[in-house]
Amino acid sequence: MSETGTQLKVLQTRPNQHKCWSCGDMRAEHFCGECGHVQPALPTDFFSFFGLPRRLELDEAKLEDAFYTLSRKLHPDMYSQASQREQLWSLEKTSQLNDAYRTLRDEIARTEYLLSLEGIQMEEQSKVATEQARALGVEKKQTVPPEFLEEAFELNMLLEEARMGEVDDDVREQLDATENSLTARLKGLRDELHKVWQRWDAGDVSATGAMVDVLNRRSYLRNLLRDVQEVLG
Amino acid sequence: MADERVVGIDLGTTNSLVAYMGTGPSLAHPGEPGKGVHIIPGEDGSNLVPSVVALQPDGQMLVGNAARGVLLTAPSRAVYSVKRLMGRGVDDVREELKIFPFHLAEDLMAGEVMRIKLGERTYTPPEISAQILRQLKRNAERYFGAPVKQAVITVPAYFNDAQRQATKDAGRIAGLEVLRLVNEPTAASLAYGLDKKQNGTIAVYDFGGGTFDISILRLKDGIFEVIATNGDTHLGGDDIDNLLVAVAAEDIAGDLKIDIRQSPEAVQRLRNAVIEAKIALSSVEQAHIEVDLPGGKLYQRTITREMFEQMVLPIVKRTLMPCKQALRDAELTPAEVDEVVLVGGSTRIPLVRRKVEELFGRKPHTELNPDEVVALGAAVQASILSGGTEETKDMLLLDVTPLSLGIEALGGVTAKIIHRNSTIPASATEHFTTGVEGQTSVAIHVLQGEREMAKDCRSLARFDLKGIPPMPAGLPRIEVRFLIDANGILHVSAREQRSNKQAEIDVQPSYGLTDEQVENMILDSFDNAEQDLNARQLIESRNEADTILTALQKGRKSEAWARLSFGEQRRIEDLENKLRIAVSGDDHNPIRRAIDELNEGTMKLAEMMMDAAVGSALRGKNMENTGVEDGPEAPHPIGKAEFQ
Repeated sequence: MSETGTQLKVLQTRPNQHKCWSCGDMRAEHFCGECGHVQPALPTDFFSFFGLPRRLELDEAKLEDAFYTLSRKLHPDMYSQASQREQLWSLEKTSQLNDAYRTLRDEIARTEYLLSLEGIQMEEQSKVATEQARALGVEKKQTVPPEFLEEAFELNMLLEEARMGEVDDDVREQLDATENSLTARLKGLRDELHKVWQRWDAGDVSATGAMVDVLNRRSYLRNLLRDVQEVLG
Repeated sequence: MADERVVGIDLGTTNSLVAYMGTGPSLAHPGEPGKGVHIIPGEDGSNLVPSVVALQPDGQMLVGNAARGVLLTAPSRAVYSVKRLMGRGVDDVREELKIFPFHLAEDLMAGEVMRIKLGERTYTPPEISAQILRQLKRNAERYFGAPVKQAVITVPAYFNDAQRQATKDAGRIAGLEVLRLVNEPTAASLAYGLDKKQNGTIAVYDFGGGTFDISILRLKDGIFEVIATNGDTHLGGDDIDNLLVAVAAEDIAGDLKIDIRQSPEAVQRLRNAVIEAKIALSSVEQAHIEVDLPGGKLYQRTITREMFEQMVLPIVKRTLMPCKQALRDAELTPAEVDEVVLVGGSTRIPLVRRKVEELFGRKPHTELNPDEVVALGAAVQASILSGGTEETKDMLLLDVTPLSLGIEALGGVTAKIIHRNSTIPASATEHFTTGVEGQTSVAIHVLQGEREMAKDCRSLARFDLKGIPPMPAGLPRIEVRFLIDANGILHVSAREQRSNKQAEIDVQPSYGLTDEQVENMILDSFDNAEQDLNARQLIESRNEADTILTALQKGRKSEAWARLSFGEQRRIEDLENKLRIAVSGDDHNPIRRAIDELNEGTMKLAEMMMDAAVGSALRGKNMENTGVEDGPEAPHPIGKAEFQ
């Protein structure tokens, strides 16, 4: 625990001050700028891995370029004839790279990840909880956003009806309309999320609360949309 | 390092191939000069080695075409399509066993890796696959005249962890270091990518003998990035064959009142006949089936392409669902796919081509031989791994894991920790704790699959985290790291964070061989392989010695012999005696040396005999190759051809 903690701190305070194990160059982080050798994988957060500040607005094209460039240098394919030690580092580094890229390139995953760095866990727990509730056949305690309460109630009745019997034209029409409105509202939430990002990126620490709120509402709408689409086939 | 050749192997359900990508033009494919990537043919000159293994009563293993003959004469001594059994439990293959003539060992214990009966012995599926791999290894070694120790082996993209591990084990048993397992459709894209250096989105539809895969890739400046993959590891040409056999068997039972299932030999003949008809129907409109039945009767049927298509349509349709799912996962519409590539023998079926064209709205590529393209791609990846050539140095493959990785959570639910289509290597870290005061171990059940309930997913392994220091319940914090490597194989490590103690992991693979078992199999087969190789080389060198000695006998009676000086005659006789002594031993090396020396020593004699016969000077001849030079016209009395 203590060892891990120290390494993490070093990485955060002096991100580019690593000495290459092979040639001693001081600019080495993922691989040595002088001799090109892969460096040992240290615990790091995904933003630091790409040398990025903890901001949510990011240039996705640039991120992709960085991902490809690093892949070419770190991938195990490049170390297949290297020492076992370098093979292992390459494997660990590349898995960090892939995990980081997968998380950061996706808006929602990126936001959730930032929240988790701030000590707010949401995605996994709520998802496992949902699945567990489904599996055990119990109602998951879900906080329905108040503005959806009435609508959600009606929609669930409609879905229940559709599941029991046939989906006739009338029901299909209603569900199609619901699908469209849910899709539109999800898009609206996305814009809302981007606004909250800007607050965070400008240094407003309290933006995390707003993020959690947007993500919760989004997840609720997504579940409804999934149910509608399931019934529509 | 330079002579460490890494070969690419397509270990297929029906056929297997080995390929190599050379750096220089000397190894270039005939007809494709300078390209350098090519299939290595077997002894019989054929590129395809049928994935059939047979055990002879004398204990000799046959692989390929030779083994295929045994399928017809002694079906219980031969096995085909063993790829279907790789990494699977007995319960998984119950359905398969009804259709395929796999004979399981009778003494299988619960939880044991399945073994298949072959004659009087039993083998695990990786051991049988290892026989095929060893044959390919031999073919490559003969081709290069040097040992081959490293390989890239392809697997269906949709293979799970256990199936991949079993393939890797097979490589180890065959004496090959498996540098990488590459997904078949991805390998195919590499082979196609060599031809067309371009950017865009491609879909690879790979419908083989036993498996179906669909992969969608983005190509960008030499990077081949898989975005989504899907498939069915038990859907292929085999299923079409089985259907046709079943239809014909019913036909026979109805018309001729014969239960063909009673005769495995007849079933095998019928299978061959319907396969021939299936292949024929890809190019002609109707095919004729004719099979001798037990009791002297003859089964005859004409089958039109239309009938054939009607029968197999449901099987072909089963490939379309995975395609649609892959497109959804990639968040693409069919129109957004720039190119579609067809791979695998079953894509020769016109109906398959039509259905793919319908789905994607464009004509698929079929330029490369669908049987060979995967092996060629494996050779390209092998070249990349060994440092790359001018052509491959900018190529990089980024593949994904086809199935989500999860752990069993409360209530028997799957908690996904690495989602399908994540680029590999990929990792996830999970934290566990204890539920009881003083608890020193925690059990973890690792799963692979998309279903919500653990029981519906594939069980990969159960881990016991042991050696946790006794603490109040909930206090230990055990960090478990799951890492999927570039082969798609899972590695697990664990640490108790409060004590910073590496926790012990006890792995019980659900369907795999333990390291020790694999180790034993390697030793077994290694001994055999050494013996095999030695025995073969001994036989070959003795045959050669025989040829040259017999030729020399004839030479002694020739006029040319008389014209040699006494000293020259004595020297040849010494060399002859040396060879006779070498032949009586059982090491091929001295025999080879003695053959070379005798060849060298009889060069003059051979030339004189040749001169005498054709009256013209032929240079560079020796005892061994005089006569084979000019075919039947060769006038020389000492001819190798005579003895073959």
